[in-house]
Amino acid sequence: MGLLSDPNRRRALTNLLTRLNTPLCIVCYLAGVAWFMGLAFEPFTLRTYMSENAMGSTMVEERFLAGERALVTAREFAAQKKKMGGMPVDWLVKAMQARGLEVFTQSFSRTLPFPDENKERYMVHGTNVYGILRAPRAPRTEALVLSAPCTPGSSNNQAVGLLLGLAQYFRGQMYWAKDIIFLVNEHDLIGMQAWLEGYHHTNTTGMSWTPLEGRGGSIQAALSLELSSDIITSLDLVLEGLNGQLPNLDLANLFYAFCQKIGVLCTIQGKLQRNDWDSAAGYSQAVQTMLLMVLKQASGRPWGDHGLFLRYHIEAASIRGINSFRQYKTDLTTVGKLLEGMFRKLNNLLERLHQSYFFYLLPSLSRFVSIGYYMPAFGLLAAILLLLVGMREPFGPGVLSVLTPLIISHLTGVALYTLPIMAQQTAVEHFPVSETEAVVLTAIAIYTAGLALPHNTHRVLSGEGTEEGWRVLKLIAIFYMAVLLGCTALINFSLGFILALTLVPVAAFITPHVPRVLSALVMVLLSPGSTLLFSIFVYQELQEAPITLLEGWNLFLSVISQGILDHNLYGSLVYPLISLLVYPCWLLLWNILFWK
Amino acid sequence: MAAPLTLVLIVAVTIRAVLFSSSLAEPLMERVEVVSPLNAWKRVVEGLALLDLGASPYSGDVFHETPLIIYLFHFVIDYADIVFMIADGITAVALYLAVQDYNKTVFRKQKYALEADRYPHDCLELIRTPKEMYYIPLKVALFYLLNPFTIFSCVAKSTCGLNNAVIALFILSTIKGSAFLSAVFLALATYQSIYPLTLFAPALLFLLQRLYIPVNFYRPSFWLFTLQYAVMYLGSLCVIVCLSFFLLSSWDFIPSVYGFILSVPDLTPNIGLFWYFFAEMFEHFRFFFICVFQINVFFYTIPLSIKLKEHPVFLIFMQIAIISIFKSYPTVGDISLYMAFLPVWSHLYRFLRNIFLVSCVMLACSALFPVLWHLWIYAGSANSNFYYAITLLFNVGQILLVSDYFYAFLRREHHLTHGLYLKRKDGSEATLVLK
Repeated sequence: MGLLSDPNRRRALTNLLTRLNTPLCIVCYLAGVAWFMGLAFEPFTLRTYMSENAMGSTMVEERFLAGERALVTAREFAAQKKKMGGMPVDWLVKAMQARGLEVFTQSFSRTLPFPDENKERYMVHGTNVYGILRAPRAPRTEALVLSAPCTPGSSNNQAVGLLLGLAQYFRGQMYWAKDIIFLVNEHDLIGMQAWLEGYHHTNTTGMSWTPLEGRGGSIQAALSLELSSDIITSLDLVLEGLNGQLPNLDLANLFYAFCQKIGVLCTIQGKLQRNDWDSAAGYSQAVQTMLLMVLKQASGRPWGDHGLFLRYHIEAASIRGINSFRQYKTDLTTVGKLLEGMFRKLNNLLERLHQSYFFYLLPSLSRFVSIGYYMPAFGLLAAILLLLVGMREPFGPGVLSVLTPLIISHLTGVALYTLPIMAQQTAVEHFPVSETEAVVLTAIAIYTAGLALPHNTHRVLSGEGTEEGWRVLKLIAIFYMAVLLGCTALINFSLGFILALTLVPVAAFITPHVPRVLSALVMVLLSPGSTLLFSIFVYQELQEAPITLLEGWNLFLSVISQGILDHNLYGSLVYPLISLLVYPCWLLLWNILFWK
Repeated sequence: MAAPLTLVLIVAVTIRAVLFSSSLAEPLMERVEVVSPLNAWKRVVEGLALLDLGASPYSGDVFHETPLIIYLFHFVIDYADIVFMIADGITAVALYLAVQDYNKTVFRKQKYALEADRYPHDCLELIRTPKEMYYIPLKVALFYLLNPFTIFSCVAKSTCGLNNAVIALFILSTIKGSAFLSAVFLALATYQSIYPLTLFAPALLFLLQRLYIPVNFYRPSFWLFTLQYAVMYLGSLCVIVCLSFFLLSSWDFIPSVYGFILSVPDLTPNIGLFWYFFAEMFEHFRFFFICVFQINVFFYTIPLSIKLKEHPVFLIFMQIAIISIFKSYPTVGDISLYMAFLPVWSHLYRFLRNIFLVSCVMLACSALFPVLWHLWIYAGSANSNFYYAITLLFNVGQILLVSDYFYAFLRREHHLTHGLYLKRKDGSEATLVLK
């Protein structure tokens, strides 16, 4: 309390902070970045361990042997799919019934706000087929889900084959204490969304679907399977879900433990773990893996069909089979054994997975960084904002002159959020563009127009800007940014961190007195839109698929359209967050630069 | 001055009407920050349904409002939106009139003191001018009506808005000097939520001051008036309670309302301090700690009344703030009532030390409440500790705010008697330190 009540000590502290402000800010920034990069260094990370006792020590012997038969089923399914030119619903229903499941179908339809050019769909009609294996050992109050998407073309047939093979095998076992639901969903996430909404009697996105006729207990965990080849070299685990939500770390641990036991190569972000952590290559591998996870999480989109389960409090992950040029191959029987083992362990659960971490980053499958370790990296960046806020004690006149830029920048944000979709029809009529292009280009146009708009208006409305005026505005903008980034980082650390990385330096240096053209250039380069562009290049670089500038630009456009679609289809929050809050906040800083 | 007030009222009503018809109203009714088990509209509706079925509204252990409220809504259930808007309007107008009157009194006192040359000469800059005081009542109304906390509370139809209206009417009648009405409204406020009981002391002090009766325990006139006021208060409280009994013809409401407030059986998270402690506590210690927690609200009355006996209106402000911090089921609506008073003390601004820090903390906390709630309840990735940490910080912010105003008030009074530029004994410049 001494600091708060004793004016002398307070003054001393304020003086110290004011004098050392710039060096402190620079040190904090560098320390934040260094801390973040240090997270991937193995001695600073923790080894993953199974926290859930129910899954820990039980010995399971996997007996699944029907890999070959699953392949035959997969070929049959492929033939049927080809014949039908889509999902062979009747065949699937018959196949599941033949394996002794209670089979139900759900049809759904959804018209996208604008055509999705990546997946070439606009008006989507589809059917989900699912079969329930009722638990013989316990009251049917809980369930597990195994899903495989039915995708057009020749991919993912093996996943459906294996799913049916596992269904047949699981049916013969007596130890199931939870219902097991085998789900084949059409149109990947849209089908999954329809099924989950039907299962939980919610409708958050205005989609139309027929109600589910059969239901199991409350779903405890879900695995989504993607296999497109008869043999695989490694299995990739995908964890990132909607809005950057992650499943409980125990699910990843479970997968890793079984891969070790059965002897399957396992990767995360497509990167194999290296054993030489003390070499530069080993460290770089870990950093790349972690950065990929951060970028994927920051995008806020579901990176596999499991991504929507997380919203319903269900721990879920996607398992993806990879067939590359390695020597060591794994057949479908082994993958089946792995899934059998995982399901038997999940079957043992007495309560929902909750023992382990929900907030983590994975530099490799056997190492993790928990929230306590990575938050300081963000905290150091946020500390700069607090230092900047704490330095000033402004107030006085000029609150009204600050109100205009605040309102205008937020209105621009609202326009950026609503106009692209509302104006697509008009745009298509007047310009030679497709609907998707119209939406994306409108968004970019509004974004750019926002730069021209606010700094011209405040002078008209409130006369000359004063010295006091911009200080108050800057204070408000910085405080706004601190709260905004803090909240974002709590929900989605990666997004908050990436935004802080680019926005905090802008907030720190901006005044009306810096060289205008140069600073304007720097500000544009550090704006949220440019951050997205850089992230795309970095992501491609990390994926080892570098792209040219033009490809990058095209990808940028498609990512924007995907972001808007994700928001409209699944309720991802990244697009509204950026357009309604982050972008206006950045515009406030832009406004300060052109304060006259 | 009536025109700007009307304008503010129209704006406030428009905002509320728009929000009532928007999709925001439904989720707001579920927010634990805005409604508590005591004042949730859903519970009132449940109570009404039970009443219509001929059962006691308290039989389901869901409804905890007082019988008068349920009978009020029994008649106006179809116009509930309008009732809540009117309640907010009444509160704002009452506060407006009260503050206007209070400012007149303050100014008159200041004039007498100036004429009597009681202020030190270097204190002229502390003297308040009619110009700066002119807009204060309007600002008070503005602060109440356009405070997002009030708006949320009103749109969620939290009955807290009605309690605020009763307390505002009590303040108005006290400041207007009507002892009887003051006692009646105080009784009504007490009947609604017990805690306003502590406002008895400041109201008595104010009325005594107004009648020029000194607070002196050896004067019969002091005891006479105190007795008179207490009898009026207890009498009307008795009448109201008996009326409730006759309305329902049972005493069910006593344990259901007052027992519920005092023994805190419902530990739904809210912005207060109770829920987490009592969720964690062993049953064995529960009674003891409930006493400790509840005493907090009442305990500060005595020292504050002694310290602030010359300034009963400031004491009212302090008491309302303390109630809203330490009560068992606080909501943001309670906070908005004492926040409306902040413009009245705008002349203390130069003595406030942490106002910037505190306002930042409170704003940040208000943003973090929904975020951490989302992480805890919806995403399932955080837990109650996260939410409680923010509750704690929010309350620390409130306590700092109130103590800061208290310190600033005392310091101004000190300067008004001892001069603005204090000197140490050795002649150097002195600073006041609170230790």
